[in-house]
Amino acid sequence: MTESNKKAFREGFRDGIPIGLGYLAVAFSLGITARVSGLNWLQAFIASATSYASAGEYAGFTVIGSGGSYAEMALMILVANCRYLLMSAALSQRLSADMPYYHRFLLATHVTDEIFGINISRPGKLVPAYDYAAFLASGPAWAVGTAVGVLAGNILPDRVVSALSVALFGMFIAIIIPPAKKNRVIAGLVLVSFALSFACGRIPYVREMSSGVRIIILTVIIAAAAAVLFPVKDEEKEDAGGA
Amino acid sequence: MQAVHNIYIHILVMGAVSYLIRVLPLTLIKKEITNRYVKSFLFYVPYVTLAVMTFPAIIEATQSPVSGALALAAGIILSLIGANLIQVAGACCAVVFISELIIGKIV
Repeated sequence: MTESNKKAFREGFRDGIPIGLGYLAVAFSLGITARVSGLNWLQAFIASATSYASAGEYAGFTVIGSGGSYAEMALMILVANCRYLLMSAALSQRLSADMPYYHRFLLATHVTDEIFGINISRPGKLVPAYDYAAFLASGPAWAVGTAVGVLAGNILPDRVVSALSVALFGMFIAIIIPPAKKNRVIAGLVLVSFALSFACGRIPYVREMSSGVRIIILTVIIAAAAAVLFPVKDEEKEDAGGA
Repeated sequence: MQAVHNIYIHILVMGAVSYLIRVLPLTLIKKEITNRYVKSFLFYVPYVTLAVMTFPAIIEATQSPVSGALALAAGIILSLIGANLIQVAGACCAVVFISELIIGKIV
């Protein structure tokens, strides 16, 4: 390893540790959802190690819990993880043109809100050593936290499980509200999404759909309507992106 | 007529789709996406889907819907005043725990 790569590795590890601590708590909450959906600790561990996505895994577990099909799962993950498509697209603009493909394949295993955020906040081209170190410091906590959530969810009192189960939603709120504060269209969309999601859980026939299908349909309709009514200018995209 | 699905195959589908979503842009995109509507749609999807997944699920996840609603309100207020992700998640848990203790005493 060159001297500059060593420095980048150290910095990545340092930046990854607080991310890993946060992951532990949120993954624990995700493990509670996994348990409710019928997964054991090993299945939850494998799911977190391979998918490495908070909202995506939550959505996936609800599909498993509601007895959904594999096609419903694939579509659900596509919608719930769509932001990683965007983040990877943004990240692709920061890779040097001669970066070997094996780096690209490895980077793709762990694009998350936080890892994307710290990479994008560094000036210049992406340094793989920095990214890998950040992932090493934070990634294992995600998979272990999920497995522990499944196991401890059986032992802890209901009141504690009830409290911890909202950590994941807290994280979702923390992702959507800051951009909503800066962008009125996003603020409006969040409110409309809350309202329609609530209504669809109560309207006869619509409420019979599995929650997974409901999430997919609502997301596509609301986001498509917004894209037609309020197409974004390039500057807005730059501002609101990030972790 | 509910088909029985294998959890491991479900997990495989989850992992495979999650990876494809990340690896395709990193390996295939050499230029930027230019269609304004496609870009806008992709830009709005994350916010809409997270919002749809958060509500009303947050008030159904807790023992009392009141505590879930209080956690939602606390999370939004803290996010507005600039708290980070971990602080918001932690505060939501604390709000549920404390409010359910109080509700438990009243009921």
